[in-house]
Amino acid sequence: MTTNAVPMSQWPSEHRYTIPVAPGPETVTVTIDGRAAQIPRGELLIKAAQDHGTYIPRFCWHERLKPVGMCRMCLVEIEGMRGLQISCATPVADGMVVHTTSDAVTTAQDGILEFLLINHPLDCPVCDRGGECPLQDQTLAFGPGESRFVEEKRHFEKPVPISDLVMLDRERCIQCGRCTRFADEVAGDPLIDFGGRGGSTEVITYLDEPFHSSFSGNTVQICPVGALTARPYRFRARPWDLASTETSCGACAVACRGSLESTSNRLVRLLGVDSEPVNQGWLCDKGRYGLDWVHSDARLRQPMVRRAGELVESSWPDALDAAAAAIRNTLDTHGPNGIAVLGGSRGVNEDAYLWARLAKGVLGTDHVDAQLGDGLPADVVLGMPRATIPDLDRAKAIVLLAPDLKEELPVLYLRVRRAAHDLGVPLVDVAVRDHGLTPYATAVLRHAPGDPGAAAGVVADALVGRPGRTKVGKAIVDATDGRDGPVVVILGRTSVAEHPDAIVHAASRLTGLPQVRFLSALANPNVHGALDLGLTPGFLPGRVSLDAGRDHFTKAWGAVPDAVGRDAAGILRAAATGEIAALVLVGCDPLAECPDRNLARAALEQADTVIAVSAFMDTAAFGATVVLPPTVWGEQSATTTNLEGRVVRLGRRVTPDGSTLESWRIPAELAARLGSDFDLETVDEVQDEIARVAPAFAGVDASLLRRARDGVVLPLADHADEVTFGRAGAGPGPSWEPILPVPEVVGDDDRSPSTSASDSPSAAVPAPTPPVPLHRWDAPPDAPSVPPLDAYALRLVAGHALYGADAIVAATPALASLTHEPTLGLNARDRDRLGVHDGDRVRITTARGSVDLAVRTDAQTPPGTAWIVANAAGPGAPDLIDLTSPVTELRVETIS
Amino acid sequence: MTDASGKGGPTETLMVTKFLRARPQDSWTIDAARRHNNAYQTLDKAFAMEPDAVVQAVSDSVLRGKGGAGFGTGQKWSFLPKDVFPRYLCVNADEGEPCTFKDHMLLERDPHQLIEGIVVAAFAIRTDLAFVYVRGEFALAADRLGQAIRDAYDAGFLGKNILGSGFDLDLVLHRGAGCYIAGDETGLLSSLEGERAMPRIKPPFPAAQGVYAAPTIVNNVETISTVPHIIRRGAKWYNAMGENRSTGTRIFSVSGHVERPGNYEVELAKTSFRDLIEGLAGGVRDGHTLKFFIPGGASSPWLMPQHLDAPLDMDYVQGELKSMLGSGAVMVFDDTTDPLQVAWRLGKFFEHESCGKCTPCREGSGWIAKVLYRMANGQGRSDDLDLLLSFGNNIVPGLNAPFAQTTICALGPSTMSPVVSLNRWFRDEIIERMRADETRRAGLAVTPA
Repeated sequence: MTTNAVPMSQWPSEHRYTIPVAPGPETVTVTIDGRAAQIPRGELLIKAAQDHGTYIPRFCWHERLKPVGMCRMCLVEIEGMRGLQISCATPVADGMVVHTTSDAVTTAQDGILEFLLINHPLDCPVCDRGGECPLQDQTLAFGPGESRFVEEKRHFEKPVPISDLVMLDRERCIQCGRCTRFADEVAGDPLIDFGGRGGSTEVITYLDEPFHSSFSGNTVQICPVGALTARPYRFRARPWDLASTETSCGACAVACRGSLESTSNRLVRLLGVDSEPVNQGWLCDKGRYGLDWVHSDARLRQPMVRRAGELVESSWPDALDAAAAAIRNTLDTHGPNGIAVLGGSRGVNEDAYLWARLAKGVLGTDHVDAQLGDGLPADVVLGMPRATIPDLDRAKAIVLLAPDLKEELPVLYLRVRRAAHDLGVPLVDVAVRDHGLTPYATAVLRHAPGDPGAAAGVVADALVGRPGRTKVGKAIVDATDGRDGPVVVILGRTSVAEHPDAIVHAASRLTGLPQVRFLSALANPNVHGALDLGLTPGFLPGRVSLDAGRDHFTKAWGAVPDAVGRDAAGILRAAATGEIAALVLVGCDPLAECPDRNLARAALEQADTVIAVSAFMDTAAFGATVVLPPTVWGEQSATTTNLEGRVVRLGRRVTPDGSTLESWRIPAELAARLGSDFDLETVDEVQDEIARVAPAFAGVDASLLRRARDGVVLPLADHADEVTFGRAGAGPGPSWEPILPVPEVVGDDDRSPSTSASDSPSAAVPAPTPPVPLHRWDAPPDAPSVPPLDAYALRLVAGHALYGADAIVAATPALASLTHEPTLGLNARDRDRLGVHDGDRVRITTARGSVDLAVRTDAQTPPGTAWIVANAAGPGAPDLIDLTSPVTELRVETIS
Repeated sequence: MTDASGKGGPTETLMVTKFLRARPQDSWTIDAARRHNNAYQTLDKAFAMEPDAVVQAVSDSVLRGKGGAGFGTGQKWSFLPKDVFPRYLCVNADEGEPCTFKDHMLLERDPHQLIEGIVVAAFAIRTDLAFVYVRGEFALAADRLGQAIRDAYDAGFLGKNILGSGFDLDLVLHRGAGCYIAGDETGLLSSLEGERAMPRIKPPFPAAQGVYAAPTIVNNVETISTVPHIIRRGAKWYNAMGENRSTGTRIFSVSGHVERPGNYEVELAKTSFRDLIEGLAGGVRDGHTLKFFIPGGASSPWLMPQHLDAPLDMDYVQGELKSMLGSGAVMVFDDTTDPLQVAWRLGKFFEHESCGKCTPCREGSGWIAKVLYRMANGQGRSDDLDLLLSFGNNIVPGLNAPFAQTTICALGPSTMSPVVSLNRWFRDEIIERMRADETRRAGLAVTPA
């Protein structure tokens, strides 16, 4: 027996064992309660039974965790084997005959439940889990009616906080180890474990180290009792009062599938749904608990128009008229080139498309950019060969040219970690500083900020078997030798303090590798949808360039801009000089998001007209001419595109308070007022128009999106066989089980899955060829010049923290407390060289500006560099960065 | 051999305890062991054999594990998958069964015999790394074994190219942190890896995937200490002692109400409990009579005076007497003993030592101890014994030895051993006593103030 062929059932406690991605193709015949079934060899009995309609009760076993055999609830009788066997650790064998409801089994189940209940407090009426509790449900189904235990129960102080978000009630705990195993096996944050033994076994955190994990909420979801409760949700709802809708999370570009739940028209809970190609059931805490912002008092619920210098509340017709008049006025005075549209990376596909159509088809301006200097060139993102998330599992190697995924795209971090740590995929870490995935890397290459090219060259050579003379090169060759599969490069902005050309050049050195595919690490929730749908200069919706798509779109829209417009940096510069007079800000705040705050400030101050489409009175809206508040995530149904290019549906769960407009109607209404009626009544019609017009979206219409369980990866022509319909298992599980995706069924839709022949997952999806060839990225040959290192200066590295200063965090009380003051992270060597100590305030000066921050020793930051979080509130990295300079050099002086 | 007790009958057959008896002043030193006990002299003989031949010799001897389960040692060794390396040998010196004190005597008094056995066993199973997991409380044993290992390295019996044979072996001494369940072989392996000592699901058995996911053989100290004797004198010599599948000798740790408690090494099957308790250990202390005895450690069901003439035969005790020789700890209780107090104390031990992994043991052991405490202290109810048997049936389905179990390891069923014994031998007495307690309590309750 070799260790790399060990079936899932045979993982002992150790983590050095290799996990098979799936049981093998060969099947065996197993009879479960009299029914024979064909089951893949190596599959666990409990899973096999579940897939064939027999539910075996369990507490400790979870599909996404290694079996541990603790609770003993899943005992079954297997003919020919002595005693009862735990089905969670028994792989199926050919000819196995299993009884799950025999007398011996039911007696044992009854006994296990009696044992579990003797020390359980039975405080169900005041327990958050009451009503959806597996212990309740299984006691009702399989357990004894009353207890024979007359002794004193076990007592603990209850509940105790184990982190800012999670409370632990040790009396309710049934010691299944799901939370501890999740933290260790899946999250890689083994900060909770069992302490004590026997009846005194309790879940503990370590001394002075709370359960600070960005994934702590998953433990609450999978807890089979009410031992772990979420502080934001505690006592806010009873399960039977909840209404739920399947949706995708809107916190980042992974777009994890979730079940959004509300009571009394308030969003109270988001639970992870197990979508195999996307999130495998997990969510990060920001996504899971970022709900209250939707109902925040700070939300704008009425449009506003500036009258006599003051923003005053207005009606929608008046506000839209005012906005249209301001735009028409600018068109009259400055022509199309006097107007620019910024933002859209936090919206939905439908509004992105219609803003692009409004700007490019109606106003005639190509000065449109969804990214604010914090992203990658659209040329690269739209034209690079794209990977999907499941490609990570079967990759030859994963190359990181990306920021800290644990902070920026947490659930993608989980998937990469799983691939590297559990599936044995070699992980190559190219970065300036250490980050969340560094401990799992096969090879680590460090480079100076702004200069990743040479490191990427080493990787490129090593991946074609040329180790060069470096140790890392040899390590990569050794690790990838004999492995098949794509090379997946995760590409993002490693630092917003350097020009994107550097990372693009590094990526270009990898484009020649066989089977290379790129996975974008841009983090804004719908940045990929916005780019795909034309909110970027030089491109039209559907991943076609302005020139390539000119004829097609002129036919569809009537007109397109003549020349390629400016990107965000260019727009802001032109606005600052008065060339651009009107700025339309679509759900973005350049002062908070643009890495160059001075430039953004100058632009906003100079612009004659600022039309802000914003849910909050942020700094940009504060100075706007017209403020138009859209409905937001959870309030409207729409679609979003994740970092793979996967288009998924967003569900509507609550009715918005006040008077907001569905976000896609705002550009449509403005267009109508500017003389172009788009003639779109419903969101489905927008989706159908996108499918008809945008080449990359060919075939991805409202009907397909409604039926596709895990969404549709663009372009459909390349991914038609990945589309699955219907549901995977017997039905939606309770929240502690992996929740399987359920497609929304619309009654009057005759193509709904219940009546359609395409109900079976294998039904073929027609894959139309895009009418216009999609854009391809031709890697630029020249390396950008990087200034030599200045021995007296430090080079800035700036990246995003999970809990930054964005609206989701700021307007959600549970998350707002998790943000940190920005600090200057220095290597201990630089700290000592500068003669400063932790906590000292220093003045940091660059060519662009200067800020005062406290010093913090940061072992992850190498000597010669300085680390500042780019998205913290208050003065910080954006005050120091110049969008046009290749790197940001800074000097530090002490202040008294 | 002379009759140690003076009361007749078979006497001690000294093999693994012979040398430490002979030289109590310095038996643990390498000089004494080499000069007076020919220590390490079997190595050349073993190295001259094929490793598989050593395994065969051990199989032929019918040597069975002496830690408790009595599994065939040669059979266990032969379960190692072919050609999977690395593989490890791990000696279980986590002797924690109450009233068992044989292994720590072997460790303290004759560590070189153990090391010699380890070298032979490691050669047989073709590993170059062996561990000894020593119970945390064994301070003197760990000191002496540690010194012995250093001396063995210096003398060339451990390390590279032992005695020019080309065979390498490193031996690692690992001290536990005080935990009964680390004596379970998979619990021991988890603990050795630095995890909590929680038993693992089997299969895979350690021989397939043990420590660090590599094939691992786990053997008891006494078992490994026996191996050199088998190699030196042959399997036939060994299995000529004893009968059937209970061959050779075993050390029994006799304790409790006897005149001469201590370790006695006797020939299996040819010796009876009476020989051991009344002969070697001098019988129950003067003026008292035997009430019951526990034949093989706290986990084994109790036996009564009528079983004294039964042979010390593992299969006989298990098959006919529904108990087991287990770890060889014989606890003797005279007529002054309250069986309920004994049962409670044992229950308390299992409650304390349950690792907390499996629900029936984690919750059941505490429940058993609580009910027994009540019963032993005047607060029992007449249906308490049946309550214990009823929920205990969910830990040990059927309540019959050999115990079935709903838990991963054998600690679960062990918790029910005292209860099953109480019910088997003292049921009427206990129910009568509980009734009396109920009556007494009711009387107190209605007494007018």
